[in-house]
This record gives sequence, structure tokens and C-alpha cells, in this order.
Amino acid sequence: MILESREATKKYGSKTAVNQVSLQLEPGLVYAMLGPNGSGKTTWMKMVAGLVKPTSGEILYQGNPIGKESRKEIAYMSTEPYFYSWMSVADVGKYYEDFFEDFSMEKYRQMISRMELTEDMKAKKLSSGMMAKLKIAVTMARGARLYLLDEPLNGIDLLARDQIMKSILEAIDPDVTLVVSSHLVDELERVADAAIFMKDGILAKQCMVEELRIDEHKSVVDLYREIYGHGGEEVC
Amino acid sequence: MEYNSSLPIYLQAANSIKRDIVTGKLSPGVKLPSVRELAVAYTINPNTVSRVYKELEMEGVCFTRRGMGTFVTEDPGKVRQLKEEMAGTLIREFLEGMEQLGFSRAETIGLLEEKQSK
Repeated sequence: MILESREATKKYGSKTAVNQVSLQLEPGLVYAMLGPNGSGKTTWMKMVAGLVKPTSGEILYQGNPIGKESRKEIAYMSTEPYFYSWMSVADVGKYYEDFFEDFSMEKYRQMISRMELTEDMKAKKLSSGMMAKLKIAVTMARGARLYLLDEPLNGIDLLARDQIMKSILEAIDPDVTLVVSSHLVDELERVADAAIFMKDGILAKQCMVEELRIDEHKSVVDLYREIYGHGGEEVC
Repeated sequence: MEYNSSLPIYLQAANSIKRDIVTGKLSPGVKLPSVRELAVAYTINPNTVSRVYKELEMEGVCFTRRGMGTFVTEDPGKVRQLKEEMAGTLIREFLEGMEQLGFSRAETIGLLEEKQSK
């Protein structure tokens, strides 16, 4: 086990964003974190990343509470744009290199060139698809043990999606764990080992996806429909 | 590759490799891509690919040389057997389909012969 969430709860005033979520993540697996907007996916990820403190309950990384040490090994990609607008693609790399010991400039350069970005491009001039690729490149250029990718496929075209999917697949390793959230349930169908369904801040269900197909002849999309009453297409 | 997401992905990927062996796209004894390469090529999870190789190995379609990778069987009998199995599946599905449409076995064979003589 690499991570344990023990009844992790986050309240904002009277609103409970994450409600007693207990789950365990195993190394070497890809978890699809699914659920509509406001179901608690982002808040839970932020707690794991150490950006938000649980109101109650706890989250343990390798047996220890989230903190300075865990942040060195956990890479979090948020949905919010987080580069200064004056930054170039090269600046973004340098910024990450200063921040994270596990960042590899070589890997970053490889990824940006494969994604058809150039080092002189300015962050403020990037299209949403290019920005999504830059975010993935800079996150996956870290040699983290746990990657939390919040909506990496949101709002981008099919080709960019393929490239991002590839980068995610390449990172999979027996020592690495990935949690990928998405509204696009079917995109993660083939890539995820396990699915985590969030609903109104609660962990609604967790399952292994090939077993779901073998034992129940169901796809993740089928199960998503059962839990939420729709296939996730109309949200986003 | 297109998948039916209600069926186990590893079986679908294994079938795709078997088809490549039967059609000669993959020659006997040839080395298959590494787990990682195939995962990226098929956009599927590497753990699923490991399962594909394990399944193919269990069926004797592939074999693993330690530290060298996974290879297609060199046994021509195995390839013939795969071909017959696949033909069997196609014929069974076809006959079932014809039966559902209300054709007797004799009528189906009659139609096939008619098609062939044209």
C-alpha cells in the first residue's frame, strides 16, 4: 500500500466537500477517479497533495501523514492554470526544476518536443490543448511515486488526448501509482486498473475494472450509469 | 484498435494478436513488443498487457525466454490449431445468426452453394 485515506473529511463552512472517504492505493496501479463536478475528486486530491488539510480523518503516505516529505514524491496536476503568464515553456521547466528534486529537464525536453511545443512559446499564448500538454509534460517529467492528475483530458481535442494518454501510459511502473480524474469515463476505460466512484463527497464504489468486465460483463461506463443515472456525457 | 468495453480487454487484445499470427502478420518465432511498447501501441494498461502475454503463454501461442522477452510459437501445428479455432468461431456465429433468421441448416447450406456458384 502506498497511500491510505482514513475517513478523510473536508468541510468548507457548512458544506462537506469530502465526507469520510476511506480507501487504499496500491503501487503499480492506475486508478480512475470518477464522478460529476462537485463530487469531491479535486478536494480529495488536494488533501493528498498537501494543499488542503482534512477537517477530520487522515491521509497517510507510506504510513506517514502528508507533509513536506510526501510532497517530494507526490506529483499533483491541478485543473487551474498555474503558470505565470509571462513564462515561456522553458521558464516553466526551470521553475519546476528549482522546486522539485525529482524533476528531469531531459525528460521534460523530450516530452515537449513530442507534444509539438517549443521552448520559446509563452504560457499566455497557448491554446487550451497546448496548455493541457504543457501541464502534463511538466508533471510527468518528475520522477514521482504517486501522480494525481486532475482532469487531464478535459477540454482538449482528440489528438492532444492521445498524446496525453501516451504520456500517462509511459509513466506506469510497478513502483508508481497514478490517480486520474475525469468526466470522460470511457477514455479511461482501457487504461485504468481500478475505478473509484465519488458521489456528493462520498466514496460510492471502488472496483477493479477487468474483474468488472469478467465477472459482471459490465464496462466502467455501465457502472457509472448505475451509480449516477447517466453516462457522464452531459457533464463537463 | 477498437474495443468492446463490456468485455475483458485482455481477451480482446489476445485475440488481436492471435489473428496477426494466423494471418502471417506475426511470423513464427518472432519477438513480440515489450509490455510497455504494446501498452502504448494499443493504449491499454501495461498490467493488462502482462495478462495478455500470460494468457497467450498458457495457451501455448507464445513463450517467454527469460530476460529476452515474449516470442510467437514456432510450432506450425499450434498456428494451424489457432486458425481452425478462429474459423470454428466464425462458422458458429454465422450459423447461429442464420438460425435466428429462421433458416434451417439445409437452407443455409443451399444458400451458400448458390452464392458460390454465382
